[in-house]
Amino acid sequence: MRKAFFTLLMVSMSALAHAQIAKKAWQLPSVTIKTIDGKSINTDELNNDGKPMIVSFWATWCKPCVLELSTIAETYEEWQEETGVKVIAISIDDARNISKVQPFVNGKDWDFEVYLDPNGDLKRAMNVNTVPHTFLFNGAKEVVYQHNSYAPGDEQYLYGKVKELVGKK
Amino acid sequence: MILVRNSLSESLSNRTKQVKTLGLTVLTIIGFLSVSSAQSQDSTATAKKDKDKEKGKWGEIHGNLQFDAQYYNPDSAIGALPVPEKLLMNGFTNLIYTKGKFTVGVRYENYLNALQGFDARYKGQGITYRYASFDADFLSITVGNFYEQFGSGMIMRAYEERGLGFDNAIDGARVKAHVLGGVYLKAVIGKQRSFFTTGDGIVRGFDGEIAINETFKSLADKELRVTVGGSFVGKYQEDNDPDFELPENVGAWAVRGNFQYKKWSLNGEYVNKINDPQATNTLFVNGSQHRNFNPGSGLLATLAYSQKGLGVVVSAKRIDNMDFRSDRAATGFNLNMNYLPALTRQHTYQLAASLYPYATQPNGEWAFQVDVNYRVPKKSKLGGKYGMSVALNYSEVHGLKNTINAEGSGYTNTFFEAGELYFRDINVEIIKKLSPKFKLNLLYLNIAYNKDVVQGLAGYGTIYSNIGIADLTYSLNTRHALRMEVQGLFTKDRADQGDWAMALLEYTWSPHLFVAASAQYNYGNKVEEKRLVYPSIFIGYIHNATRVTLGYGRQRAGILCVGGICRNIPASNGISLSITTSF
Repeated sequence: MRKAFFTLLMVSMSALAHAQIAKKAWQLPSVTIKTIDGKSINTDELNNDGKPMIVSFWATWCKPCVLELSTIAETYEEWQEETGVKVIAISIDDARNISKVQPFVNGKDWDFEVYLDPNGDLKRAMNVNTVPHTFLFNGAKEVVYQHNSYAPGDEQYLYGKVKELVGKK
Repeated sequence: MILVRNSLSESLSNRTKQVKTLGLTVLTIIGFLSVSSAQSQDSTATAKKDKDKEKGKWGEIHGNLQFDAQYYNPDSAIGALPVPEKLLMNGFTNLIYTKGKFTVGVRYENYLNALQGFDARYKGQGITYRYASFDADFLSITVGNFYEQFGSGMIMRAYEERGLGFDNAIDGARVKAHVLGGVYLKAVIGKQRSFFTTGDGIVRGFDGEIAINETFKSLADKELRVTVGGSFVGKYQEDNDPDFELPENVGAWAVRGNFQYKKWSLNGEYVNKINDPQATNTLFVNGSQHRNFNPGSGLLATLAYSQKGLGVVVSAKRIDNMDFRSDRAATGFNLNMNYLPALTRQHTYQLAASLYPYATQPNGEWAFQVDVNYRVPKKSKLGGKYGMSVALNYSEVHGLKNTINAEGSGYTNTFFEAGELYFRDINVEIIKKLSPKFKLNLLYLNIAYNKDVVQGLAGYGTIYSNIGIADLTYSLNTRHALRMEVQGLFTKDRADQGDWAMALLEYTWSPHLFVAASAQYNYGNKVEEKRLVYPSIFIGYIHNATRVTLGYGRQRAGILCVGGICRNIPASNGISLSITTSF
């Protein structure tokens, strides 16, 4: 009886949550993360002056994550000029690799804003199960698109969504 | 004695009931709130102003969900035993409700029964995680379950690695405060999760950190950025041992610093804990077991230099008797209070990742690592039209040289003296875009792996292997791509399982579909009957944050590692289905 009740409750709640997201955009949650040089900041401070933001969860050891960000890095300058979009890369690396993040990013010559989430606080607040997981925020900092995993070409699809946002399609 | 046991088990079951009741209450509240929220939205869908008001008024609910099931075929050739249930399944869902500064969350998990390779104590289902938190600008309070880490985590880290079945969340209370611009304080108390219950010991901890340049305004613009911190962690567990006087309160402390100057950074932490004889640090003298009354210590230091196109990291670590748990009887992935990072590269390609991966030896090791990332510029002789990335990594781990004392109650060692080789990995990776359509990754590894020490076995010795990997991606057009991997692993003198070859072909249709087929072949096994092929095929569909993957094939026995802890995966044969989504 209790099991049945639980299942019913879970299913109905998931359905409700879905119904809700269809109607209302999801705001960036307010969580403390660290800058690449160890300073604590609140995610409320992340912004792009009313222009779209891409928030990508990644790790130094995650191949598809690094491939996705490297591919975006190749055309990032053009993206910025055309749409003003900003890419924010959130590393979920823990103590094993956290000191490698800054040298890794510099070594790859990425021009993104990079933050650290070693305790997974932002990862959990945004319900990220696995990396790579990429979110697109509109100028009002609401989630308008999200994608899990990466395959070549996904960055073009994402950029299409960015262009839609700024009315350049 | 029996009476005591009865009352203990009664209080345990009471606590479980309480947890369940609380979980149900929270669920009901969330359910109610989301119903009201959804209803209210229907009536006020038009004006944006009203909508914004609504947002503040009713809050938001989000979550994620995952479901992994496998149907098992017995396959005696690879050692996959019959599974009585035939079908096993792990699943979970998280729900988080946020309204302004207030958040409540729950997680429901089920193991019906747990997938092969997971701890069998994951059995059944229930609410395993629920919390409420309040976050103001300078103060944050959480009651219920939470994850936390002090510094690098060497004396306190509560975290989860779902893929490994590891979860040592604390159930209790936490306060975090941010004062005077750059001072961060944290205090925690609680018991740790142990499968569907909590452990015996009580964990208490305090952590403070000062970002000097934020706290002292006169230093705000200095190029030298300094953050220092310290923590204290204690656990309490009753001593029920009839023969020994064991410490009921075990304390540990840590100091750390982070210094940044221009292109340089230096990071370090030193930790110490008092004597804590437990199941995992027992000493063996002439075949008999002795309680280990030594204190523990750990040192982790990293020096990094980076500029555009170049990153260099050098790190060292010494660990001595630092297995720290909130129950002295616990073993395996259970009730660990801390995290000891492995100073080795975390590999992801199959043959490099799952045959000889290293995990930190908490009872003692010296580890050293150098990691270099270099980007050869575009239009240079070596870099070609698109440039090229080169990554070099070298790591080496040794044991400590301990001399056990006459009573067998402890040991001595010299700080800088290293003992037996545990692990060594020298690897080079080249990533190069050959043309607009072709991308190539090449990786070479040379690994020495002390199987006896790392896996706690006897008679295997150290296995030396060379591994080569080529990974080629061909973009047919902007949405279709083919990826091919070829891997080979060769052990010296065909030791252990001998030589392996692997090939993988993957087709992706962005952003929705992928199909991958792979085969691993143990062609160089000394034992002829074990020269087997392990084929598998996967089909996946991705829509936004939802992914559905269906697989079929043979899975070789191996080791799955995430973040430096590893679990054994038994060989299996069958169909798997995995669904994951977030909303």
